[in-house]
Amino acid sequence: MEIGAYSFGDTPLDPDGSPRSTAEGIRNLFDAIVAADKVGLDYFGIGEHHTVSMPASSPGAMIAAAAAATDRIILGSAASIISTDDPVRVFQQLATADAISGGGRVEITAGRGSSVETFPLFGYDLADYDRLYAEKLDLLMTINDSPTESISWSGTVRPALTDLAVVPRPVRGRLPIWLATGGNAASSARAGKLGLPVSYGIIGGEPHRFAPLAELYRRSATQAGHTGEDIKVSVATFGLVAPTKNEALERFYPGWHNLNVEMGRLRGWGAPDRRQFDTQAAAPGAYYVGDPDDVAERIAHLHGYLGHMRHFFQADFGGLPQEHLLESISLLATEVKPRVARLLAAK
Amino acid sequence: MVTTIGILGAGRVGSAVARTALKAGYAVHISGSGPAADIQLIVDIVIPGAVAMTAAEVAASADLVILAVPMHKFRTVDPGTLAGKIVIDTMNYWQPIDGTLDEFTTDARSSSEVVADYFASAHLVKTLNHIGYHDLETDARPAGDPQRHGLALAGEAETAAVVAEVLNRFGFDPVYAGPLVAGAAFEPGSPIFGGRHTADELAIELGLAEAA
Repeated sequence: MEIGAYSFGDTPLDPDGSPRSTAEGIRNLFDAIVAADKVGLDYFGIGEHHTVSMPASSPGAMIAAAAAATDRIILGSAASIISTDDPVRVFQQLATADAISGGGRVEITAGRGSSVETFPLFGYDLADYDRLYAEKLDLLMTINDSPTESISWSGTVRPALTDLAVVPRPVRGRLPIWLATGGNAASSARAGKLGLPVSYGIIGGEPHRFAPLAELYRRSATQAGHTGEDIKVSVATFGLVAPTKNEALERFYPGWHNLNVEMGRLRGWGAPDRRQFDTQAAAPGAYYVGDPDDVAERIAHLHGYLGHMRHFFQADFGGLPQEHLLESISLLATEVKPRVARLLAAK
Repeated sequence: MVTTIGILGAGRVGSAVARTALKAGYAVHISGSGPAADIQLIVDIVIPGAVAMTAAEVAASADLVILAVPMHKFRTVDPGTLAGKIVIDTMNYWQPIDGTLDEFTTDARSSSEVVADYFASAHLVKTLNHIGYHDLETDARPAGDPQRHGLALAGEAETAAVVAEVLNRFGFDPVYAGPLVAGAAFEPGSPIFGGRHTADELAIELGLAEAA
């Protein structure tokens, strides 16, 4: 089981709660990726996000920088909002990072975006949400699957390409392209039908309830004739590891509270509720916040339902102190990963 | 008497409501936006026990229809198919999700009143909109359980009584807020929306009871 982290960037807060610069959030994220590589974390995902509190707007740039500064870690967008970007540019940026990495360490995760700020930012109409995603995913896959640099494609959401060169090619021929979904059944079926690996973002409820979706994904893939190593599942959840469960809860809660106050303002939720937090932070909830034993046991338990090959965690939002992020990453790599391996081997 | 519940929409909300209805003992008919075959595998695996149909077949065969399509797509449902039906509107106008929809931003009324204008010959009840789809499945409790949560509903009284019994069988205490206009009190931005309340707490939030 691969163990990883992901982040949308986290603009640090001063002790009085006022935000520091977004640039500092980006620098902290870069430092965290480099640190994750040093301690042996398997994967780091950078999620395209466009808010003052979460400023990781440009996964391609971050991954290219990280590719040059790391040796082993797999780097991916988590996700790229392809609906409102040009798949040609997304591919070129990540293929460039792949070349810098030496090859084989860069992945793309294609998402639709669960919030809509990229639509006005890049001049798209939300009414085209479904069509934009379907066509741009098709273009991205067409480029990736092409045996040569020369690409031809036509659709309705951007001008056609006729024998145009899209460079560079990935070192190993193709980049892994994952389809990201938050649990819509049709998205699982779509990933299976397309033969893409699927990445579940599970931000609430009880993650093991995704089991039928993973089954739907695998059955859809089989029905469409897709087998082999591309048919696999990864899981992204909230999670923070600390030496003790109590420390983990107390480190994670303030940022969670801040995030929910901000999201509540945008989406009309009421005030964050500590009881809800505590429920989610205990098995079988969706927040993997605990000591290494607790988190490892919950990953292994979920594996019994989803059979996932990678589980990666977001800890840094709402102004999580950088040292807490770095300690969590270190514990994930050095304490949680071997425990998960032991638990799965014993099954 | 409601025995068959129809659900328009097989997304996250529709699927969660469908599983909840099956668990409560109802027959469930469900549709996506196209032919039944498009959602057959999804229904077989994710909502086992439900029957996949077209939207028109769902509307014709169900005793009560639950609207669970994205708000920006509600006009894709043919209002003629829902004439005379009891319809639950689970939808919310969420600008961060739906973008700006002029018909809701320029109309001060609750979203369900705008929707009710479109489904003019249906009996529309607003409910199931203020609970998260995850919570619907995890928070259901038998009647009398002290941890049982309340669900507010708004619509004409006679229709609401039918819907209240459905909510009760789903595992929640129905709290009748009044006619459709009263549903504004549990839309996004209200203290009720997205929170967890017992029936007594809901009644206080809705101004139906005094805080002790």
